[in-house]
Amino acid sequence: MVRKLAELTKIDGISGNEQGVREFIIQNLADKSLKFYNDSIGNLIVKGKSVGTSSLKVMVAAHMDEVGFMVNYITDDGKLKFSPVGGIDSRILIGQHVRVGRNKIPGVIGYKSIHLQDKSERKSAVKIKNLYIDIAAKDKENALEMVNTGDYVAFASEPVFFGENRIKAKALDDRAGCAVLMELLEEVWPFEFYACFTVQEEVGLRGALVAANRLKPDIGIVLEGTTCADVPKVKEHEVSTVMGKGPSLSFADRTSLADRELLEHFFRTAEKEKIPYQWKTTVSGGNDAGRIQTSGTGVKTLVVSVPCRYIHSPVSVLDLNDLENMLKLVSRGLHTLPGALGR
Amino acid sequence: MNTEALVRQLCEINAPVGYENLAAEKLKSLFEPLCDKAHVDTFFNVIGFKKGISENPGKIIITAHYDQIGMIVSGFEKGGFLRISSLGGVDTKALLAREVTIHGKEEVYGVIGAKPPHLLKESETNKNADINDLFVDTGYPDDVLKKKVSIGDPVTVIAPVTMLKNGCIAGKSLDNRAGVAALVLILRELQNVKHPNDIYVIATVQEETHLLGAVTSSYSLEPDLAVVIDVCHGDMPEADRAQCFPLNKGVPVSIGPAFHSEYTNDLLETAKRERIPVQRCIEPGNPGTEAWAIQVSRTGVPVVEVGIPLRYMHTTSELISLQDVENAAMLVARYVSGDIVRKVEGFI
Repeated sequence: MVRKLAELTKIDGISGNEQGVREFIIQNLADKSLKFYNDSIGNLIVKGKSVGTSSLKVMVAAHMDEVGFMVNYITDDGKLKFSPVGGIDSRILIGQHVRVGRNKIPGVIGYKSIHLQDKSERKSAVKIKNLYIDIAAKDKENALEMVNTGDYVAFASEPVFFGENRIKAKALDDRAGCAVLMELLEEVWPFEFYACFTVQEEVGLRGALVAANRLKPDIGIVLEGTTCADVPKVKEHEVSTVMGKGPSLSFADRTSLADRELLEHFFRTAEKEKIPYQWKTTVSGGNDAGRIQTSGTGVKTLVVSVPCRYIHSPVSVLDLNDLENMLKLVSRGLHTLPGALGR
Repeated sequence: MNTEALVRQLCEINAPVGYENLAAEKLKSLFEPLCDKAHVDTFFNVIGFKKGISENPGKIIITAHYDQIGMIVSGFEKGGFLRISSLGGVDTKALLAREVTIHGKEEVYGVIGAKPPHLLKESETNKNADINDLFVDTGYPDDVLKKKVSIGDPVTVIAPVTMLKNGCIAGKSLDNRAGVAALVLILRELQNVKHPNDIYVIATVQEETHLLGAVTSSYSLEPDLAVVIDVCHGDMPEADRAQCFPLNKGVPVSIGPAFHSEYTNDLLETAKRERIPVQRCIEPGNPGTEAWAIQVSRTGVPVVEVGIPLRYMHTTSELISLQDVENAAMLVARYVSGDIVRKVEGFI
């Protein structure tokens, strides 16, 4: 799973441009006989193996897209102006190396050097509208030979294993969820099981909505990478999750409230099976559960996440034990679900 | 080794200000096969010597600093985090969400994160981060980390070296490894040249804080002429055009009180003769380079300076054109090959 995760983070899949991730997942499905379906928005829906008598229909979702940028203007001197796709802290951008468009034209995000900044400029952050990507084009015409407006831009950041059991990469949110979901497809389920690799989560949870409308599941489990601010100078009640303490269960975030029955079943499973877990302690962020919960006539949902430091940046970090425990918890929780719900 | 490979290799070296010992031997090995003698001095200045053929040779030094801005470990924080302070003119704008190497008992990888966006207050997003709010996340338990890292260990940023279109390259520390690359190219160019004067190429230390390498090496060598090679600001959309020089439009030659006017004229003449395009870089006072220190070494040293235009100085995406490095090297090589040293008979 770890190797798959590292490979997944190398792929550029900004919201609306997820095909690279989708193709990787299809090519790497362990069981080639699994049926899969690509819907019109780009979701990849894979029907898992199942035997058994439970009447439950379960949808497990992880989103394939990542935050990034789009080129929206090319200046006369050949610099690329850009706008963010998804939520990005503009303060992290100066000096980043990026890849532009289908041909992955290399570029860097520039800003005049500290020597040329006046006192107030040195103290203030730079807005995205004042930044640009430099691909070393001679002028606009030369730039247009390589790129065009509308091209997607991804951070150039390779996965690195470091410290004890840590990985740094871009797009851990939510390739981590994708990696876990790929593992779940290797199991045989006691109910109808659909793995939904969704699109456009970062721009408004759009893929999950249509996938849920199509499947009309009873249960929706969302696998996420979530905020983890257990770093110096952040107050204890603001940390959200703590790295290394296991996958997190959310009772609520900005888009959904967890189903109490599911929530209880999963944390009791964790306690019974001695799988480390934690509560996400801030009601913040939103994810596909928000759309799945209110789809059709309503779906019971639960969000299980792996804590992810420096999320939405090219140096996101997660703990590989947390990832393994997330797989364990979701797998055990799902297998015992029919008994717990009496279906 | 072509210029790209040379520059790439030099970018990947780490020599934070005051810790140039990390890279000195590597540089010496680049100079050694190209000169009569190479050595590393007490301060880790790396000096390559090429003897002149004149009976009474003058002494020319060519300097380019090889230190780089960086950070230093200033403390531990619970959870495998390190506090850091700046070494040289670090722009914290370019430190958020960055990978680093801590040069401890062993090299330790870390990342400098940022407070996640969902916890940022509106007022914070408008402010540049203070270095006291930045931490290196090493991913190690505290007890393990303390065995590997000590307070005072230097920290350098990791950045890819990215080859861009039109012969441009981007990465960290091109300020002033571009200049060091020029030194190597100059030595190569001088291989088959019988030059009258003794030539010392010097990769100098601690420029980023107080020009230390230039001060010590010019004092000890007492040159008749010094040629300084350093990067200058490339053209950037939002910066003052008078202080910036377009890439691929000629070698910037510095003009102003820090530079010897007659030697500078000779340099410009050489450029004309060799058909190497130049740009005039006007420095009305302290140019912020080693020239300022060398000019007043001992009884005074005539200095000329050539630049290499570089965009986004002191970030992890410094950007130069390889052609500019080659042109600067060619100009200096042709210049120092000539019988240019003016011996002035003193009356004291």
